[in-house]
Amino acid sequence: MANLTLVQAVNDGLATVMRDDPSVIVFGEDVGPKGGVFLATENLTKEFGEQRCFDTPLSEDGIIGTAIGMAMNGLRPVAEIQFQDFIFPAFDQIVSEAAKLRYRSGGQYTAPMVIRTPYGGGIRGGLYHSQSGEAYFCHTPGLKVVIPSTPHDAKGLLIAAIQDPDPVLFMEPKALYRSVKGEVPEGLYTVDLSTLRTVQAGDDVTVFCYGAMVPVAMKAAAKAAEQGIGVHVVDLRTLLPLDEEGVLEAAKRTGRVVVVHEAPRFCGYGSEISALIAENVIEYMEAPVKRVTGFDTPFPNTLEHHYMPDERRVLDAIEQVHSF
Amino acid sequence: MTALTRVIDPKGAVVGSLPQLDDERLVGLLTHMLRVRCVDQRMLKLQRAGRVGFVGTARGLEAAMIGSAAALATDDWLWSGLREGGAAVMRGLPLAEYVAQMYCNANDTAKGRQMCNHFQHKGSHYPSWSSVIGTQIPHGVGAAYAAKVQGKREVHAIYFGDGASSSNGFHSGMNFAGVWKAPCVFVLVDNGWAISVSSREQTAAESYADKGLAYGIPAREVDGNDVLASYAAMQSARERALAGEGPSLIVLKTYRMLGHSSSDDPSKYRSEAEVAAWEALDPIERFAAFLTERGLADAGTVERLEAQLFAEIDAVVHEQEAAPPMALKTLVEDVYADVPRHLRRQYNEFLRVAEVHGDAQPGDGAFPL
Repeated sequence: MANLTLVQAVNDGLATVMRDDPSVIVFGEDVGPKGGVFLATENLTKEFGEQRCFDTPLSEDGIIGTAIGMAMNGLRPVAEIQFQDFIFPAFDQIVSEAAKLRYRSGGQYTAPMVIRTPYGGGIRGGLYHSQSGEAYFCHTPGLKVVIPSTPHDAKGLLIAAIQDPDPVLFMEPKALYRSVKGEVPEGLYTVDLSTLRTVQAGDDVTVFCYGAMVPVAMKAAAKAAEQGIGVHVVDLRTLLPLDEEGVLEAAKRTGRVVVVHEAPRFCGYGSEISALIAENVIEYMEAPVKRVTGFDTPFPNTLEHHYMPDERRVLDAIEQVHSF
Repeated sequence: MTALTRVIDPKGAVVGSLPQLDDERLVGLLTHMLRVRCVDQRMLKLQRAGRVGFVGTARGLEAAMIGSAAALATDDWLWSGLREGGAAVMRGLPLAEYVAQMYCNANDTAKGRQMCNHFQHKGSHYPSWSSVIGTQIPHGVGAAYAAKVQGKREVHAIYFGDGASSSNGFHSGMNFAGVWKAPCVFVLVDNGWAISVSSREQTAAESYADKGLAYGIPAREVDGNDVLASYAAMQSARERALAGEGPSLIVLKTYRMLGHSSSDDPSKYRSEAEVAAWEALDPIERFAAFLTERGLADAGTVERLEAQLFAEIDAVVHEQEAAPPMALKTLVEDVYADVPRHLRRQYNEFLRVAEVHGDAQPGDGAFPL
């Protein structure tokens, strides 16, 4: 076991799977000798050579388009999009091509590939280095969408994503890259891509969250505990396909639900959680589902700490559903 | 600007260096071109009769497609656009699968999921295009890069039209291929029209071949109505790719004689005179004249071949008319390698209603949860 930051766990995951499987290659903008702008690919070119970890021309559309062709012809590409905000030139390739290839070919052609991309706010990156675009991609059948929140899960989910037979969008919470540390097993291991994680058990209010909102929810839960409110905190970690049974079970457990994400609210991921609960277990609910999210605005810069859900807003929501 | 490369002129006279092809292969090229034309004719007729939904014909493009693809080897890949289905048939796509795809029936290897004219054939390395213009271009480049790093001796021929030269995929694909020296050949079939926008309005470049320069990719403009020039161009580009010298761009200048598809009326945007001028340059008549001159065909050859081909096509059409119904489970299969629980639930919920209304067939049963 090593004590690693989340970004070190990503790096360890990449190196581990590259040692295990020679068909895995890593590429994108500045991922080669520089090791990526966040150092997620540090030393990979040194260890595996320029054919397996390399820089590409600056074109997200080209990175993802060529990754699909590589996946169709025997490689396991892991493409990096430097910031999730820059992924939209590749939206067509992801949504129209990678996600639909297996279906449209009747299973004759597939695109087993991973797109890694840092997402989310909290680094003073303004509109174009802070967004959380998971909802766009969760609306895309054929794609898997994964967001880790701990170093252990970052490595295990990433290896599972690379070994998965389908395309996976692996969104890394950049705010947690160096702010969380944890024990990470050495060598190859996977974390299942279809189950949520119970971060802490509680009996009064359930909070669903993922990525950088997990530590925020945990802080709010600690404050709630001071008032005697037991909070059940769930890290969804695989947003698509969602562990629906797990969500419904956790919702039923308390009958009071808060969903937290930093992305805008309207048609955000919280809408799906809320609808799922309303459709299936409304008879168990003691209070309306409450969402704590970013505003339905572009991402701000100076006021980002107010845009992003913080422990005070999450605690307020917990109190509201608890006292309903 | 590069000069238009030709091997035989519009009258069928030899004006360039003939590729090394024996008599059997030469006659074979005529048969393959004629098959494309006959299949198109039959499909149009079936479309008018309401049997198939959509036809994008290749009339006028037979030499460009057949000539260039004939120079590919078995292990090479062909990345297609709308109109290369005939090349796939020549390279191994069974005609029955072609027709099944046009009918989008249960025999279709793509399980009827794509609209007509989206052929695929894994056995001869022919993935289907998506419908989105130009997206297959970087796929071909990535696959070529994969071939290179895995030491596979194969070339990736990437086909697209003049309209696709304006797409993101063209730019990123050409750029990446040039940088990576990927073993691929870009085949720009300039057929004059991207639906209703003429190829002169698609770019301010004097020639599409000029576009290669910016990417460090050698390019040439070839008479796409000359089957032998199209063959020779691919042959040399392929050799270059296999030698590790990188990609090439071949611009095949030709003309789409009919509408963009069976849903298009080209008289709204182009003149009869323009069409008539190209009719006089018909690629099949030109090649038949060349073969006649060499004693490999006579005045009745085309007619005899057409009769054989229509018999072959009609037998296949007859067989495909009787395909079984599509299994309802294909609604949710192949989205992922395994059908996930949420799709099983969605399907089972749908099936309950379908069964009440008699839409479900034996075998359409619910998924275990």
